[in-house]
Amino acid sequence: MQKVNQLVRQTLALGVVATALASPFALAETTVGGYGELHYNNLDKNGTDSASIDFHRYVLFIEHEFNNKTRFVSEFELEHALAGDGKPGEVELEQAYVEIDLDKNSNVKTGVFLIPVGILNETHEPTTFYGVERNPVEKNIIPTTWWEAGVMYSANTDAGISYDVAIHSGLNEAAGAIRDGRQKVAKANAESLAYTARVKYTGTPGLEVAGSVNVQDDMSQGTVAGGVGATLVTVHAKYKKGALGLIALHAAWDVDVATDLKGQSGTVLEASYKVSEKMGVFVRQDSWTNDNGVSDKTQSNLGVNYWPHEDVVFKFDIQAQNSDAGNADGFNLGVGYQF
Amino acid sequence: MVLSRRGVVYSVPSFSFGRKYMVILIKFKFMSLIRLLFLLALVGVFTPAHARGTYQEPADFLSEVFQGDVPEPNIIWLKDGLKEQVEEILSHRYKGRRIRYWHKENRIVWILEEVGKKKPITTGIVINSGRIEKIKVLIFRESRGWEVRYPFFTKQYIDSGLKAGNKLDKTIDGISGATLSVRALTKLARIALLLSKQITQNVTK
Repeated sequence: MQKVNQLVRQTLALGVVATALASPFALAETTVGGYGELHYNNLDKNGTDSASIDFHRYVLFIEHEFNNKTRFVSEFELEHALAGDGKPGEVELEQAYVEIDLDKNSNVKTGVFLIPVGILNETHEPTTFYGVERNPVEKNIIPTTWWEAGVMYSANTDAGISYDVAIHSGLNEAAGAIRDGRQKVAKANAESLAYTARVKYTGTPGLEVAGSVNVQDDMSQGTVAGGVGATLVTVHAKYKKGALGLIALHAAWDVDVATDLKGQSGTVLEASYKVSEKMGVFVRQDSWTNDNGVSDKTQSNLGVNYWPHEDVVFKFDIQAQNSDAGNADGFNLGVGYQF
Repeated sequence: MVLSRRGVVYSVPSFSFGRKYMVILIKFKFMSLIRLLFLLALVGVFTPAHARGTYQEPADFLSEVFQGDVPEPNIIWLKDGLKEQVEEILSHRYKGRRIRYWHKENRIVWILEEVGKKKPITTGIVINSGRIEKIKVLIFRESRGWEVRYPFFTKQYIDSGLKAGNKLDKTIDGISGATLSVRALTKLARIALLLSKQITQNVTK
């Protein structure tokens, strides 16, 4: 019997027993992936019809393994199909970092990475969320998609708790307009840095609870005496049991300014139900303010996702906004993929 | 020139490597070093467990399952429509023509791999009388989806069998952010059950 065991060990050591059901390229040192989404928006904005079609995102991932502990990860994106002077789109480098494993469960990223806040900022492939467009709270408050350059340490425990801490470049907008403050690591002003910490629990199948804090030392990057500090706090919970899915997210900024931009916050509530393996319906309510409550914006969405393949999705939803949000009412169609 | 607190003006060189280095060091100290130490201090607070790497060698898994008395491996050929069923579960092509397994009494053991997002997840699966007795991630290589290797997730598969459409007859609750790893593990569980069913039928015939 010892001989049999020895034979098994030798055979396994040669790597010929584990039956790879994956593609033959799976063990290659360089891998390519991507995702994309085409959107059609037919909206009535304050009585004016507006229809548009847009290849909103075309994304390529390239990852290279230098060895089993050191790798390079990148995400290259073309937004709105056409970039250049006067064109609607942008070419963006959203991720480009070197990741080094410290041990089996922890690593350090150095470079350009996505800030670990909210739900969509790190995971936003179109097949993974309901609705043609990303929810407006994460877009206008967090502000998704948000990336910076710096150093981030990430680790997890066997209790299902993971945590990230990062030091990175900061926002640059002295007045306190959060989304406009993203420098996208393009010759970014780095006079003042920022910090992010997140704790996430995923130790119960179907449940995710997370909270994060982002601190901006000075959003003016040294141009305003005394600086413009700002703090973002986000909390969210996702729960999926069988066909039912529930999401709740709240994000709030406290910006050190004396204007209405001081308080910017929003809440997302979403319920979804998978009527079959390939089809799910959802309803979502977003409410947010970018001016400390002077305006109270709301948007409701109701729609359906259909996955003909697990990596391909067709989407339809109808949306209704209040006047503070712009009264953009109508429907959206989309197709998305990932690989 | 530098003005002292007593109002005395001192003349200092306008260009000095020493002074420049000092300014740089001071700036570094306040802008980076303390913050970096803060980060490292935070890191040191936690004592993490394991997530990426080899958790059990496949040979050790087999030895554990069979209590040191590992049978010689067998091979199942993917013919008579079996390959098509495997590919349907995988949702992609499979170029292999045969798969190895270990069979003793009512237990059939598989060591299979499927890619989660980018890297294959090596998984050991024990089928006992048509149901999953044990499933364990042996080697995990992905950057994300580490949760699937822990018992709090894999215990959901225990005692699961196959129903129509080669689907699991138990509901597996996913993990947010680990969708692709969960999907890979579920596919492997379904394939192990399908192939075991085929082997059992062949033995019966």
